[in-house]
Amino acid sequence: MKALLVCEYREGTLLDASYELVAFADRIGADKVLAVVGSEGALPRFTGPVYLADAEKYGEYNPDLHKKLVLAAVEKENPDCIVFLHSSYGWDLAPRVAAALKAAQVSEVVAVDGRNYEVTCCNGKMRRTITSTTARTVVTVQAGAFTALPAEGTPQVTRLDLVDIASPVEFLGYEAAEAKGVDLAKAEVIVSAGRGVGKKENVPVIAALARALGGELGASRPVVDAGWVEHSHQVGTTGQTVSPKLYVACGISGAIQHVAGMKKSDFVVAINKDRDAPIGEVADVLIVADALQFVPALTAKLQ
Amino acid sequence: MKILVCIKQVPDMESRFKPNASGVWYEETDLAFRMNEYDEYAVEQAVQLKEQLGEAPDVTVLSIGPDRVGETVKKALAMGCDRAVHIQDPAIHLKDPWQVASIIAAFARDKGFDLILTGMQSQDRGSAQVGVTVAERLGLPCATTLVGFAHNDGTITVKRELEGGLKGVVRMRLPAVVTCQLGLNTPRYPTLPNIMKAKKKEFLTHPVAEFLREEALCATASFHPPAKKGGGLVLEGDVNDMADRLLGILKEKTAVVR
Repeated sequence: MKALLVCEYREGTLLDASYELVAFADRIGADKVLAVVGSEGALPRFTGPVYLADAEKYGEYNPDLHKKLVLAAVEKENPDCIVFLHSSYGWDLAPRVAAALKAAQVSEVVAVDGRNYEVTCCNGKMRRTITSTTARTVVTVQAGAFTALPAEGTPQVTRLDLVDIASPVEFLGYEAAEAKGVDLAKAEVIVSAGRGVGKKENVPVIAALARALGGELGASRPVVDAGWVEHSHQVGTTGQTVSPKLYVACGISGAIQHVAGMKKSDFVVAINKDRDAPIGEVADVLIVADALQFVPALTAKLQ
Repeated sequence: MKILVCIKQVPDMESRFKPNASGVWYEETDLAFRMNEYDEYAVEQAVQLKEQLGEAPDVTVLSIGPDRVGETVKKALAMGCDRAVHIQDPAIHLKDPWQVASIIAAFARDKGFDLILTGMQSQDRGSAQVGVTVAERLGLPCATTLVGFAHNDGTITVKRELEGGLKGVVRMRLPAVVTCQLGLNTPRYPTLPNIMKAKKKEFLTHPVAEFLREEALCATASFHPPAKKGGGLVLEGDVNDMADRLLGILKEKTAVVR
């Protein structure tokens, strides 16, 4: 069993999450080969074979060229499994590689047992077990599902190059997040509003609890997208990652993108009408109630 | 300009899910179905582009599934799509993303679409594969996870949502495929006059056998709830009693309430 692990760079830096791919390969007992579009100056800390293509030449984001580079590494190594993170890079690139190889792709894997992959579905509420029926399998693994060990080592580098570097896609650059209005990373208490608060006019009810606890207001993505709360309050993979002493999730279902941003909180209280909401998985206390009824009652007792 | 929007009908995610008799997908009884949320942004973007270009584009909405998906397709027509295609398949949930994408590609191949839009993933299966695989099957450039879209003279400039608030800006010539992320735009609600107008729009149906040429590459062995990690305390009942109990717990377990 051999796994080709496709690591990820952002603005010249190898993402630490790439080592979770190593943890996944260890879990399935595979020999590991890494493929990166990066630079000599930022190689993975890993003892073993690493295929390196120069990001200066091929671009940090260029799915058509990256696909060809990964396929070149597949050609050389003949891996059983080609593994990506389930990230904006991985879910963009993996299906292209899978289609070119006509290999099964299994997305957002959270656990693995032989050829059976456990993946999330129904907004994180349910799971599916998927069996690949092709000789090769392309896998994207959920961020945080396989815990990376401290990485050390010196790679044996083999250069990857393409003859034809024409591409239909032009990457114009990154655009940073808007200036931050609130730095949630420093907050000891965060009380977050989710879609369950119903409408913008109800957000002050949640903000009042945040004030009563001496904390900051957070929000889930749908609440920010709807314009109820500004983006600097957003908790999750596309917002801020937080680890307060107390996190209170009000009317938040607990989509994985949100949970990834708050699961390191010391103590989590979730208030949700739905007893089966996935937020219950990470909550120390789940209050089964309408947040709009429970939150004012709690706030009143704190004052 | 010809535009194709691919949409899926999914259950309301607030629902309680349980396995059906086959054990590989959800039981549909008691579920309410609606348009996949990500696809609403794709429909809206197609309709906005049509408005920007002065009604010139022709927007086809496509969905695959059993009879019930007709309702969701009608909503897309009422939002402003011009014509609808329903590929009838009562067993679409048993097909893998490769097959679904191949069906769409087989439909689209000779029709000269300049732009194909879909959601970045479905809310129920969430594989995030179908849009990209359609592009690969058709040999078209593709950008995923869009939170920004601009069209100018046959070229699109799009913003991809990355992690931590960062965006990636990408440009490509049409024809192309794009997949839409939440927040790309504000999907409109169909108005009553537009719902009435939608009833007169072209609505074609095809059996899936016309377009199905691929075998599955993977299979679902089981559909089940996640293993409960346990440990968490669940409180139910009177709001005031629960607030008292929670305060006691917070005083005991955290340093933030005294």
